[in-house]
Amino acid sequence: MSDFTSNFWSVYVTAITVVGIAACLLLLWFTGKAKAMTANDNTTGHVWDGDLREMNNPLPRWWVWLFVITIVFSAVYLAMYPGLGNSPGKLSWTSLGQHKAEMEKGEKDVAPLYAKFAGMTPADMSKDPQAMAIGERVFMNNCAQCHGSDARGSKGFPNLTDGDWLHGGMPDKIKETITKGRIGNMPPMAAAVGTPDDVKNVAHYVLSLSGSPHDSLRASLGKAKFGACAACHGMDGKGNQALGAPNLTDDIWLHGYGENAIVAMINSGKVNQMPAQEGKLSDGQIQVLTSYVWGLSNGAKVAAK
Amino acid sequence: MNHPDTTGNKIIPIVAQEAASPDADDEVMVSLYQAQKKIYPRSVSGLFTRWRWGLVFLTQLVFYGLPWVEWGQRQAVLFDLDARRFYIFGLVLYPQDFIYLTGLLVISALSLFLFTAVAGRQWCGYACPQTVYTEIFLWIERKIEGDRSARMRLDSAPMSLKKFSTKGAKQLAWMAVALWTGFTFVGYFTPIHQLGQSFLHATMGPWETFWVFFYGFATYGNAGYMREQVCKYMCPYARFQSAMFDKDTLIVSYDEKRGEPRGARSRKADPQALGLGSCIDCTLCVQVCPTGIDIRKGLQYECISCAACIDVCDDVMDKMNYPRGLIKYTTQNSVQLGWTRSQTLRHVLRPRVLIYTSILLAVSLAMLVSLALRTPLKVDVVRDRGVMARIVSGGMIENVYRLQVMNATESVQHYRITASGLPGLKVAADQDQLVAVEATQSRWVAIRVQLPYEAAPPGSHTIHFEIAAQDAPARVSEKSVFLVPR
Repeated sequence: MSDFTSNFWSVYVTAITVVGIAACLLLLWFTGKAKAMTANDNTTGHVWDGDLREMNNPLPRWWVWLFVITIVFSAVYLAMYPGLGNSPGKLSWTSLGQHKAEMEKGEKDVAPLYAKFAGMTPADMSKDPQAMAIGERVFMNNCAQCHGSDARGSKGFPNLTDGDWLHGGMPDKIKETITKGRIGNMPPMAAAVGTPDDVKNVAHYVLSLSGSPHDSLRASLGKAKFGACAACHGMDGKGNQALGAPNLTDDIWLHGYGENAIVAMINSGKVNQMPAQEGKLSDGQIQVLTSYVWGLSNGAKVAAK
Repeated sequence: MNHPDTTGNKIIPIVAQEAASPDADDEVMVSLYQAQKKIYPRSVSGLFTRWRWGLVFLTQLVFYGLPWVEWGQRQAVLFDLDARRFYIFGLVLYPQDFIYLTGLLVISALSLFLFTAVAGRQWCGYACPQTVYTEIFLWIERKIEGDRSARMRLDSAPMSLKKFSTKGAKQLAWMAVALWTGFTFVGYFTPIHQLGQSFLHATMGPWETFWVFFYGFATYGNAGYMREQVCKYMCPYARFQSAMFDKDTLIVSYDEKRGEPRGARSRKADPQALGLGSCIDCTLCVQVCPTGIDIRKGLQYECISCAACIDVCDDVMDKMNYPRGLIKYTTQNSVQLGWTRSQTLRHVLRPRVLIYTSILLAVSLAMLVSLALRTPLKVDVVRDRGVMARIVSGGMIENVYRLQVMNATESVQHYRITASGLPGLKVAADQDQLVAVEATQSRWVAIRVQLPYEAAPPGSHTIHFEIAAQDAPARVSEKSVFLVPR
């Protein structure tokens, strides 16, 4: 133990424990030998309220053996487990070791289950009720905090059920997203676009791409300035999954809808992050989760139990 | 107060220094611990003994028999701890039904209060497992080793082949009963047919093995060896039951006025001429006592109210041609004031008894009504914590909930979930379908509830979910909250 530089406390604790146990034994031995004096009608002689006499009710002798058993137990316990100062005990038990052993056992128990899924395609798995039940539980414990328990997300957290993918919706891409995480980076583009008025025009052009309500004059003016955005979002505004640039034409507004939200995004940009799950989830869990997420937007509605 | 200490051991003066008349001759030296004196209760027959055996048969018929009763495709009474489902005949209880166990315990406690106020430790003397199993073990002991005197002779005799085989036979019989008891106990938690198979093939799980043997060992130890020690030193009820006695409580009492002075006499002799009371000092009341006390010393905390002394004394009185009832169930008031039997019984109906009875009836009735009106469906609504509210296509505000739908019937059920409480509030159209839940299973369902934009002011609104079974008259309404963003 790094915070104890000398052996003093170990010796101190050991001494107190051993002396305590020895004192208990001594007390038992002493009380076994000692005699008490009572009146011969088995009262102790204590009288309260004039006539309330205290009877002598000694402890049954077999009770002493219960004390002896606790002492034997403590001796065995202290020999086997850590307790006497720094002594690790015969079994070298630690809570960390127990945790590790239980985790190993747990992983060994579920290994055959995941082995069964290893050879299955996501399409097969999304039809397997057991796989989907596991997937749902893994999702609830690890993903639902941001994406919502129905996986439909909320502002800033993508909806996973709508078939619109920032980084690609094929199973291997989903798996990559889960494993490595993603960072979506929209840089501040105001300077590249031009004046604040130009920014507003571009915002209306973006609104027009999805057929949302917009000012068509501003939109046509903004189209000329959209070149600054096209590097990532493409000339047609359909985005680029390789870069994680969203499709601007599909009426899905992850970071807010309307002129103000778009102007703010062009001016300030945004970094959005999906944390990597590698190391937190096992390979088997990631495989099941991938199939679950893939299944959410690929038909195959399976009634999970 | 100075006693010569011959042993050299320390003497603790328990007698207070200022105690009245501390005459040296009145004092004795005792150990701080009391050795257990083995008690050899003599066999007894009579009214109260028949009652006790009746209750032994009744309680054990229920205990040993119930796990074997079938109900449809399953065991009638089964507490499935793994699945957390508790089957009691037609009922399927969830852990959420814990209130019924509380109710049962309240009823048990009130019954104990009532019986104790009326007639003392009835529970102890007739129905307590400690008494019942001791009675069974004593019966085995008596059948194999003989009655009191034979058992005492056998114990003091040196070890011989006969003693060894007699004792061995008793041990085997005890162990068989104990093991069967442990097995039956576990049979309430693991289907008993299945448990029997794995018991025979020695393939019981570790916990089943532990509990069969632990419960068996407890039965063997408590009914075979600990016996009255359990009542005297371990049982908490024994202590607080005495607090519920009053002067109108029926207790086993010796009629001192009539009995004393006690003494042996010929059957033909006239006790009055000899100056004797009715007690012939045969000490049979002491010999039959399972806790080894002398009831003639008055009410003692060891007395479990088993009335064995009444039965044996009535026999003796019959033989002597004296009237019965030298030892009888009576009250302190009755003895002191010389009441007749009907006067004594009339005083049983006193406020304490009436109050206990009415509370007991009220709680029992409430429990029965509640069980009869119980809906075999439970729902927990959990509002999604990750997502406050979102706006979806069609200008709808959407909140997400997770509903745990618990089917407490033994068939598949289909439930329709609807939401109400705000104008235009509805469950999302693509979710407007039946939810199927397997028999005795529970299932989590994510439900999206939508409200038209501007149908309610921003803030939190109370809404209700209605969950209705389609094939059974089960309907549950659960409250929750709908958030409208600013």
